[in-house]
Amino acid sequence: MKTKERLQIPPVGMQQQAASERIHNQNEVPLGFTPEEARLEALRCLQCKNVPCIAGCPVGIDIPSFIGFIAEGNFQGAILKIKEKNVLPAVCGRVCPQEEQCQLPCTVGKILKTTEKSVSIGTLERFAADWERNSGSVSKPKIASKTGKRVAIVGGGPAGLTVAGDLIKLGHEVTVFEALHKAGGVLVYGIPEFRLPKKIVKNEVENLQSLGVEFKYNYVIGKIESIDELFQEYDSIFIGTGAGLPRFMGIEGENLLGVYSANEYLTRANLMRAFDFPNADTPILNVSRVATIGGGNVAMDSARTALRLGAEHSLIIYRRSEVEMPARNEEIEHAKDEGVEFHLLVNPIRIIGNEEGWVTGMEVIKMELGEPDASGRRRPVPIPGSEFIVDVDAVIVAIGNSPNPLVAKVTPELKVNRWGGIIVDEETGETSIKGVYAGGDIVLGAATVILAMGEGRRAAKAMHEYMMNEKTD
Amino acid sequence: MNNYEILSKANIAPQVTRFEIYVPKIARKRQAGQFVIIRTWEGGERIPLTIADANPEKGTITLISQSVGKTTFELANMQVGQCLKDIAGPLGTPTHIEKLGTVVCIGGGVGTAPLYPITEAMKKAGNHIITILGARSKDLFILEKEMRNVSDEMIIATDDGSYGEKGFVTTALQKLIDDGRQIDQVIAIGPTIMMKMISLLTRDYNIPTVVSLNTIMIDGTGMCGGCRISINGAIKFVCVDGPEFDGHQVNWDEMLKRMGTYKKHECVALNQYKKHRYEVEVA
Repeated sequence: MKTKERLQIPPVGMQQQAASERIHNQNEVPLGFTPEEARLEALRCLQCKNVPCIAGCPVGIDIPSFIGFIAEGNFQGAILKIKEKNVLPAVCGRVCPQEEQCQLPCTVGKILKTTEKSVSIGTLERFAADWERNSGSVSKPKIASKTGKRVAIVGGGPAGLTVAGDLIKLGHEVTVFEALHKAGGVLVYGIPEFRLPKKIVKNEVENLQSLGVEFKYNYVIGKIESIDELFQEYDSIFIGTGAGLPRFMGIEGENLLGVYSANEYLTRANLMRAFDFPNADTPILNVSRVATIGGGNVAMDSARTALRLGAEHSLIIYRRSEVEMPARNEEIEHAKDEGVEFHLLVNPIRIIGNEEGWVTGMEVIKMELGEPDASGRRRPVPIPGSEFIVDVDAVIVAIGNSPNPLVAKVTPELKVNRWGGIIVDEETGETSIKGVYAGGDIVLGAATVILAMGEGRRAAKAMHEYMMNEKTD
Repeated sequence: MNNYEILSKANIAPQVTRFEIYVPKIARKRQAGQFVIIRTWEGGERIPLTIADANPEKGTITLISQSVGKTTFELANMQVGQCLKDIAGPLGTPTHIEKLGTVVCIGGGVGTAPLYPITEAMKKAGNHIITILGARSKDLFILEKEMRNVSDEMIIATDDGSYGEKGFVTTALQKLIDDGRQIDQVIAIGPTIMMKMISLLTRDYNIPTVVSLNTIMIDGTGMCGGCRISINGAIKFVCVDGPEFDGHQVNWDEMLKRMGTYKKHECVALNQYKKHRYEVEVA
């Protein structure tokens, strides 16, 4: 097929659950490609020699090769190619911000002058992973002969799972210590079912188990065992303890009844299944007007979850304009389609409550954009006298977290920055303690699943080298 | 023996159950003042329970639970030999144990359970311990004998006068103060309202006062922020900054309100559970 012909194939859009229907269920919104759709979309790939897409992938998947396999109808070949570099393809195909990564430099998108027309690499990755899972026979990667080295991974989120997958394949013994009762970290407590079905995460964890990774649940490292104690049994340690305490704005009324951090709101709804209360025991407030403060993916997840929990009005309150919103366009579009009301260039001043302490409203002020700030985005400035009150009965604060404090608190030799993030060597992910590595949100602050996985990959490589060069006493 | 297995169970007061649970790692590690998060079944909620005691040799911890909601009723209905679904811990910052002189340890109702290990540690550190235990009536006291063993003086107070002195724990404390007793620290654990009243009293006399808070929690590991309270106007998290705080700095009224956030839900869940239990028993 000639380049010209490939460019003439219109992008194959992914089918979605209708907005009017999906706000009443927890099911996934995009429905994925059929095999025919996948092959057609794969034909749009120009198989560029300079592979700009690979440079855009934090874990370096050989994208043209796997897409080539899909075009040929060799879906098995495609998934094997992806799994050479990515241990969680069904997850990444869904939650990676491809439009800022692999799909941004895609030649097809460049020629057609919009990233929206780039090859849908993420959807194809998702297709290959789903195809394999649904086929019932998941291929096991080859495992190197046993090295006799033992690895402890603290935290079973995206970074930790990546390290586990990489190091088990290299022949090490791997144990994941998870503080919660389920593995997956933000994939299970944070990202909602309608964006990432929990059975997919469970499946990925089971795949790792079948390769020999041991999972220990309810294991709060820093409390039940220290880093020093882990070294008595393990040769190298990875810390991927992720997001910690939620940030609040420091305004009046943040402890009123009905004010949630996004972490709490999403954990109740997702990990604890509060949408199924009272069949599941954990409750969540069922309210009719919910305001979510923030403009990131977590804010979108919260606002959309509120709708599914029965809110009649779900508002996003964001102090900048839509251009500055850190959320993915896809998430913003989904939220809008579902009826989330966007109040942009508006900043909360105080949350108002009644006698019993319940939220009844929020006073906000209009903002305008001034000069660019340190982040390069135009700084929002309040417009004096523009205050007004929004009627709400719950507020979700989705403005980020600080890194989890538990391990650093009891490990003084572990160097952290002033926000509490663990300081690591940029090349290797090694911390200030020899043999201890870290990655993901505990290093980056709030970032993305794929960046955490990229950090996990980098650390796994360095940990392997460290253990294989380590002198045996 | 299986991890999280209930080895023994006893009803120690109306609606109050003591469990000895096999969980050797926590039994070895726990320190006074720490708690665990438990779940009873796959769809269960995560609730915090303070570790009342531990036996590192046997590998057991003691949990004391008052049946007030669905989860605690369900826990009370679990039998010896059954395993809890999850136990995570030991969580929270351990009590700061120090020789201070005379320490008054005040326990209200089931709050005596978390108070016991702290009193024991304070006694071991060489403090003179005056214990005040309070309850509505005589049959509601728990761990009285254990507390006597680690106390130099013991005062019992009941609302109805059915045992010890008639009155609240605050009355008994006020009497100690009026008698001119030197008090270097008060440790008060019990219902939130009791801890509030004690803190208001001791503030007038500048007596340092430690309280242990039992807020709503989910993960309990410093992630969700559901347990937040105001300490001197700043947000603190009970699961990692606590559970113990300076009673004079706690915003008690805010905490009391927050504790009631899910009152309606709690009724729904409990009623459904009781109905279900009834149907099972009838069948």
